[in-house]
Amino acid sequence: MPDTVRRPASRRPESRQRASRRATLGGIPAWVAAVAVVGALLIVVPIVSLATRVDWAHFGSLITSESSLAALALSLRTSVASTALCVILGVPLALVLARTSFPGKRILRALILLPLVLPPVVGGIALLAAFGRRGLLGAPLEVLGVTIAFSTVAVVLAQTFVALPFLVLSLEAALRAAGSRYEAVASTLGASPSTVFRRVTLPLVLPGLVTGAVLAFARALGEFGATLTFAGSLEGVTRTLPLEIYLQRETDPEAAVALALVLVLVAVIVMVATYGRREIR
Amino acid sequence: MIRRPFLAALALAGAATLLAGCASPSTGSGNGSTESPSETSATPVVEQTLTVFAAASLKDTFTELATEFEESHPGVTVSLNFAGSADLVSQVTEGAPADVVAFADEKNMAKLTDAGLIDGTPELFASNTLEIAVPPGNPQGITSFQDLAKPDAKVVICAAQVPCGSATVKIEEATGITLTPVSEESAVTDVLGKVSSGEADAGLVYVTDVEAAGDTVEGVTFPESSGAVNTYPIGVVAASTLPDLASEFSTLVTGADGQKILAAAGFAKP
Repeated sequence: MPDTVRRPASRRPESRQRASRRATLGGIPAWVAAVAVVGALLIVVPIVSLATRVDWAHFGSLITSESSLAALALSLRTSVASTALCVILGVPLALVLARTSFPGKRILRALILLPLVLPPVVGGIALLAAFGRRGLLGAPLEVLGVTIAFSTVAVVLAQTFVALPFLVLSLEAALRAAGSRYEAVASTLGASPSTVFRRVTLPLVLPGLVTGAVLAFARALGEFGATLTFAGSLEGVTRTLPLEIYLQRETDPEAAVALALVLVLVAVIVMVATYGRREIR
Repeated sequence: MIRRPFLAALALAGAATLLAGCASPSTGSGNGSTESPSETSATPVVEQTLTVFAAASLKDTFTELATEFEESHPGVTVSLNFAGSADLVSQVTEGAPADVVAFADEKNMAKLTDAGLIDGTPELFASNTLEIAVPPGNPQGITSFQDLAKPDAKVVICAAQVPCGSATVKIEEATGITLTPVSEESAVTDVLGKVSSGEADAGLVYVTDVEAAGDTVEGVTFPESSGAVNTYPIGVVAASTLPDLASEFSTLVTGADGQKILAAAGFAKP
């Protein structure tokens, strides 16, 4: 990513925003547009097909069973908690990556992005190695009477592990796009680094932070592999919605499909709220 | 302006991981097709591939049996697909090209016979019971089914929706002992993993799982296990293009050779 100074996000040219409302090819070759349609269909067709499999007559009762509601409530609770954790840890991390320079920064960034490309089950095994009962940190914690395995805390940890890179990446991009000119001006006017952070940097990148937090929330909501490996699966404690879907599939495929659609709807709402709003504004 | 394509890529990555997370454990390991049939005979042989869908707990034994079958049938390749029985049933129902199916319980086979997808009557070829698995050294000193109810023992079992879990429920009902597990897994392999990693103090798995796990876990047998026996049926799929070969494979499994290999892995007679 080029480290160029960009104008603040709020001052994007109006003409570009308007153009996206009319249907024009905008100068791209027709065949590119055609391939783009295929690409979009690859995503849309399976989602629409899922909706056709839903037993609509019983949809309500399928998604309001006791175990489904317990899973949904747990998923929402843990995803909110892990998003908060992502914001608390991710904002400083993004600032360090975007503003400071030190040897090994590229390597640090690559490491932080690892959960994006790792299979979640690998993340789960790594978390076990760290926080499991016999783990590097888990063993001393166990001596102190703190057990993480099989608890809701383990779910939040797993979700934060996979979601943190989403927040850090989008916030770092926003920080780079905003540039550091205003911060420099503020500090020459006598503002302390903390004041600059609070009064200049944060308000400037707030849209980027919101986007990052929403992405992190969505990723946390969908977390499956790391949770299954690291936290286990117990109703109301560690069995989140994706785990419930996976289990329901064994005996009650209709319930699994209905719950899957609920998860899709939540994801769609989240994505439209983030990206849809931006396109129209 | 960097932001938009960048975020779009990010969103894609997110979608991809979501999909990967949901899709990965569904089909069994790609242990399947080995593309080199033995060509020892001088006469030209017809290349044929027999596809066998088998329950995950049959992985070791059926891999061995497939090799034996390929040796005695030049030109034939046995392609194996291992997964949870419920997964396999839905694959066959959706039209996956299987010739032989073998499941961990009769309930799953019944779904296929009821739908008319099996040729003839399935045969029972093995049975499996539950055993307690504990980490090496048995830190909580578990020696009986009753010990699993100890308040400070972390016990992991299968969820009631899967075969090993329904067997667990049966034993709980028969003994009147209610377990308070720290986790109810959707696959017996996940239970075993939590025990062998030391996260759990005990888990309820199949006898054959303890056998296959080697030194990573210790087994504790308990008399009440006889109250919940899973019997394994094997059948030839009605839509098979190789019905003769398929029934020969089935005969190998139910015959003396097959029974010897299954017994060595800890399976009991049906």
